[in-house]
This record gives sequence, structure tokens and C-alpha cells, in this order.
Amino acid sequence: MKINGARMVCESLAAEGVRVVFGLPGGAIMPLYDVLPEFPFRHILVRHEQGAAHMADAYGRASGDVGVCLATSGPGATNLVTGLCNAMMDCAPLVAITANVTSSSIGSDAFQEADITGITIPVTKHNFLVRHPKEIGPTIKDAFHLARTGRPGPVLVDIPKDVLQLEAEYTYPAKPNLPGYNPTTQPNALQVRKAARLIEEASRPVIIAGHGVIISQAWDELRELAEKHHIPVINTLLGLSGFPGDHQLFLGMPGMHGTAYACYASDQADLIIGVGNRFDDRATGKFSAFASRAKVIHIDIDPGDIGKNVAADVPIVADCKPALQALIREIGQCADHSGWLTQIDQWKEQFPLPKAPEDGSLSHRHVIDELWQATQGRAMIVTDVGQHQMFMAQEFPFLVPNSHFSSGGLGTMGFALPAAIGAHFARPDEPIWCCAGDGGFQMTSQELAVVSKYQLPIKIALFNNQYLGMVRQWQELFYNRNYVEVDLSGPPDFVKLADAYSIPAWRVDRPDEVSAAIQRAIAEPGPALIDFRIDPTENVFPMVLTGTPLADVIPYETKATNDASQPVRR
Amino acid sequence: MKHTLVATLDNNPFAFNRVISLFRARGFVIDSLTIGQTDVQDLMRLTVVVDGSKTAVEQVIKQLYKIVEVRKVSDLSDEQPVARELALVKVTSKPATRAEIMQLVDIYRARIVDVALASVMIEVTGDPEKIDSMVALLRGFGIKELVRTGVVAMVRGSSTREAASLKEVPAWA
Ligand SMILES: Cc1ncc(C[n+]2csc(CCOP(=O)(O)OP(=O)(O)O)c2C)c(N)n1
Ligand SMILES: [Mg+2]
Repeated sequence: MKINGARMVCESLAAEGVRVVFGLPGGAIMPLYDVLPEFPFRHILVRHEQGAAHMADAYGRASGDVGVCLATSGPGATNLVTGLCNAMMDCAPLVAITANVTSSSIGSDAFQEADITGITIPVTKHNFLVRHPKEIGPTIKDAFHLARTGRPGPVLVDIPKDVLQLEAEYTYPAKPNLPGYNPTTQPNALQVRKAARLIEEASRPVIIAGHGVIISQAWDELRELAEKHHIPVINTLLGLSGFPGDHQLFLGMPGMHGTAYACYASDQADLIIGVGNRFDDRATGKFSAFASRAKVIHIDIDPGDIGKNVAADVPIVADCKPALQALIREIGQCADHSGWLTQIDQWKEQFPLPKAPEDGSLSHRHVIDELWQATQGRAMIVTDVGQHQMFMAQEFPFLVPNSHFSSGGLGTMGFALPAAIGAHFARPDEPIWCCAGDGGFQMTSQELAVVSKYQLPIKIALFNNQYLGMVRQWQELFYNRNYVEVDLSGPPDFVKLADAYSIPAWRVDRPDEVSAAIQRAIAEPGPALIDFRIDPTENVFPMVLTGTPLADVIPYETKATNDASQPVRR
Repeated sequence: MKHTLVATLDNNPFAFNRVISLFRARGFVIDSLTIGQTDVQDLMRLTVVVDGSKTAVEQVIKQLYKIVEVRKVSDLSDEQPVARELALVKVTSKPATRAEIMQLVDIYRARIVDVALASVMIEVTGDPEKIDSMVALLRGFGIKELVRTGVVAMVRGSSTREAASLKEVPAWA
């Protein structure tokens, strides 16, 4: 069958089972858009290509399959870069297809030419420049295989315009052809035995479970391991929703804004079992003081992450699921952990998370508690970056596996709204809340047009504290309350902004209005936005100061950390 | 400690770009880096000398393995490989010093590959330390121009570090 390159791209996407792609056309990619309507998958027209990348990213995370975005040459392609980097850091399976100027003008600084394969080398798992239409099928096959296997990540395929136009014989290979790519997925039996012995002997073990548990859908195995041997579980930010948030063995998130008891447990443990995590600096506090009393077992599919920040006594390079299954089979009788569990329960009792204030001011915690009540923890929660993100990670016990989506590694403000759109398309029947700060929301709020136009039932909780809150908190604590360029008070009126997109919206100022507002949003058949006017002075605690050990976590805000005076506006 | 790593990678400009980008982005300090053809047409061999602790070098190897076009990486440091570098050195020479230069060339088993009125060009091959020492001696005559290829290395005996067709499973897996 002889068809043009553009149709080959679409045939290949259809062959991969793609149901929806996110993108925006332009000159170079017009041959592809010209034939899009002939194919069975949907195209969602974004308002900025960064949005397309985040949508594909979250579609990938929520579906467990690959998200796809399209962009034209030059600025279209460069607008993807933040989204690709975000997907790279957070291991989101994504394929980006960009068009480039015609082959003969590549390298001539032609109109809207950008060396996007060169630009994206450090922010993609792999990328390709396709030189002939006959390469299109095999390249897309390889791209999807790379994106979804091993440590998932973004793969970019750049195709010059003339290659999209040229006709050639189309074939779609059954298998990828990647002789240099062979990730290890099955655990080494000897390593599993060593790990099992360490677990049997440990008296104060703790599991730190990361995103890998969710990516490999190993939540049942994680739970089985924890329950069978009474091992408490910590979830990293991206590990959240990989273990039931209401479980007696659950300790929440560790690190900079984690729970005090997760910090104490990691500090006091004699065995740390890292599962699909990467011991990021935000999670470990000062590296040299981390796990000072503990042996470390580290299970991850990426050997590069093992031994990078924290030395592992027993490294296991494998997919989390088969590794946990093998461990469960191998572990015999464990030492008694009852003293350890009692100690942890004492910490939980002694240092619970801070409570929502009762002075009438509206706290992040009021909103999050009511969100949980209204959804019973059964909704997809997408957060942006900043204080609200940390409050959500602390305060919302996730009950549905893979229901928490956030920008972890890169910390990309503007992630939440487009990511919520992507997650919605992956799981259209599940309730979804987009939770964003007033700063980050404005970085991608143009995608409200997508929400409105397709009438997506996405509920938006805007945590409007009138500040770049997280930066304001750091200025308060570490820069002598010298508040410089963090004041977001004034425009826009978010209710009017939503109105401009015909999205019902209302404002909430008091704790006693929160519940009704959330019910009203849920009752809307389509989208809704709530402008929660949060106390601008609220800070996130607990806190582990940068470069300090987890043991020095500050559980509560006190006079010593902050004399609680009102921020001065500049 | 210095480590000599050899990597086999696909013969395309992207592969090379990715390797260089990796060293830059991760701040790995390179002493020398060369890339050249192997006996297999589609595969290139990269030889890189890095200075660092064992864990740092392990990290380099692991990150190199993550590049899809990289087939195989080996650290030759513990195997006393044959390591060779070539240098071309253009040295000022006057009738009075020419004989002395020739003597040095003899001692180092180097070669004079070009002679001009006021200079000679010397080609020297050997391990980097030999080249360092010869260059140090030549400096006294006045070096006008110098270029070194960087090290290439190979293990002794009949075993090879050539990539098999499939990426080999590294020892940590
Ligand atoms: C794109 C981007 N720019 C800058 C930052 C640095 N940054 C981290 S948190 C933050 C403040 C976010 O403010 P807002 O969205 O209102 O959330 P809040 O902290 O107030 O909840 C900033 C500026 C970032 N993470 N991402
Ligand atoms: Mg804010």
C-alpha cells in the first residue's frame, strides 16, 4: 500500500491503539492535519503546545498507556520543551510528534526552523529525526516501545514536511528494532534472597514507595508485603495513591513538607526498603545524614538511580511488580516489629499534622478536608506546584490507586489544568479535581477554552492566596520577611475569567461556605471553578529545612520559625 | 583515580551528540575523549578517560547505558589495557639543535614526518605518560604547534570488549 507520510503517521498511531491526541497545527505539520479527520482517534485542539505536552503526560500517567501530542516546527516544537522535561523527570510515557521544515532546508535557518531533536536530547528518553517516509512506521513503533517500557519517558519524533507529503510503501513492524535497548525487568534471584534475609532480620523496617509502584501497577503487591510482615509504608510525592491513605501502616509523605512521623521513621529505621523511588533530595533531607542507622534495599528499574544519592546495600534492578512478587515469595519469618509499630503510633499521636485553624480564616486544610468528605477520597486529584500542592499531599488520604497527579521532579507551575484535561480523557468516568494556586493557574489558564469547548466535567479548586505562596513562605523564613515580587493581589478576577469561558464559577471566603460550594460544583454537569480565598499568610508545615537531616523536621509553625507577623506587601 | 572507559555505539551523529550532551549535563569531568570506527561498519567505539571515584565512574557507566544507541560500556582500568595516543608536534629547530632533537626522537621511538627550514614535525605514539614526557623535553626547543588524538585502548589477550549485537546485560542487573 502506497500512502503519504502523513497518513503513515496516523496509521501508525491507530495501530498503537491511540484514542486521543493533543495538539495545535502550523505550516510544517499541515499535511498531517490535512488527513487527521480520516482516522478514528480524536484530536483535542489546545491553546498552547505546553498544554498539549502536559495533557499527553497526564493521559499517559492516568491510562498507563502512551499519551500523544503534536506540534508544528519551530515555536510549536519549542513550546513543548517544558512539558517534555516534566515528563522526563516524572517518567511519564509520552510520544511527541513534531513536523520540521522540508529536508532540503534543514540547517539553513529557514522560517520556523528549530533544531528540536538537538534541543530535546537532554529532556527526552530518546528522539528521532525521520528522513524518509519508509522510516515512519518503524520509527513510531520504536518510539512507543521506548516511551512505555523500562523507565517510561517522553520520546520525540521529528518529521520534515516533505517526508509527510511523500508517498511510499507503508509497513508497520510487529516488533521494535532497538538492539541497544534492553531494560532489565526481572529481579536477580540472588539479590532477592539477600533482600529477604535483611527484611527478616530487621527490627525497624520501613518501606519508601515511589512512583514506580504506580507505574508498574504494583499497589496490591506493595500492600501484601506491608500487611503480611507489618512494615510501615511511606509514599513519596509521586508515590501517593500507591498505598491506601487511610491504612494503619501508612505514614504519608517524607521529606521537606512530609509528615513528622514519616521523617522520624526514616531516620530511626534500621532497614529502608526503597521501591520504585529515587531518593530525591526533597524526600531525604541532607543525604549524608539519611538512613544513618539503616541498611538500604533499593528496587528500581533504572540502575542509574540506584546508588546515585543513597548507597544501596542490596540493589535490585527490576520492575517493581515482579520484584515485589519475588520478595513476597522469598521472605520467611520476620522479626517482631510490635515495638517499632508502637513507637510509630506514638509519633503519630504526638506529632499529628497541623489542624485547620478555627479563627474563621480560610485554610488550605479546610478546603482539602471538605474535598475529601465530598469525594470520600475517590476522585482523581491533579495538583499544580506550590503550597497547595504540599497541603494536598499531606491532608488528602488517597484511596484509589493512581489517583494523584502532580508535577514532582520538575515542579512545573502550570501543570495542573492541562494535566487534568489529559487525565480526564484517560479516565472520563471518574470525578476529577484540578487543584491549582493562583500563580501557576495563570501560566496555562488558556486551556480553560478546551475545558469549556468540550464541556469537560473538570472541577477546578483554585487555592487563591494572592501570593506566589511557596516563595513568599521562603522569603518569610529564610530572607527576613523581605517580600520581593511575590504579591499576586489584584487582577484577574478568577470568577470573571471563568465567566469569559462560560464556566460557572463562584468565590468562597469563609470555612463555613466551603462544603456547599463543593457540592454545587459537583452538581454542575460540566466544568466549574471555585475561587477559594485562602489566608495569604498560611504556611506549610511540617518542614525540613534545606540541607538539614530529617530528624530535625519542624512539625509546627512556632515563634522561632516565624513570628507570625503579617506579610508586608511590596 | 583515572578510568579508561570504552563504549560501542551506533554510527550516527545523534549517538555522539547524546554522549557529549550527557557528560556536559551531568558534569562528568573528561580527561580525553576519542571516537573512531570499529570493524563493524555501523558501530563506533568511544574511548573516554574520566577522573573520579569508583561510584562516580559507575554512575557514568550507568548513564551511558541509558543512551539507546550505546551497546556496551566497559571500564578497562583494572585490566592494564594497551592504551595509546598519537601526537603531532611542530618544534622550532635551528641547525644547532637539529641533532639533539633527532636524538630525542630516536629515544622515544618517534618519527620526524616533516622538515622545514626553521622547524620539524614529530609524530609520536605511546601511552599518555610517554607523550607527556617527550612533550616536556621538546618544550625546551620551542613548541610551535601541538595536537594529541586522545587515548584509545584495548584489553590484552584474546577476550574482547566489542559489543555483541544485543546490549549485554551489565553486571549489576
Ligand atoms: C514555571 C515555574 N516558575 C517558577 C517556579 C518557582 N515556584 C515554585 S512554587 C512558586 C509559587 C507558586 O505560587 P502559586 O501557584 O500561587 O501556588 P501557592 O504556593 O501559592 O500555593 C513558584 C514561583 C516554578 N516552580 N515553576
Ligand atoms: Mg498562590
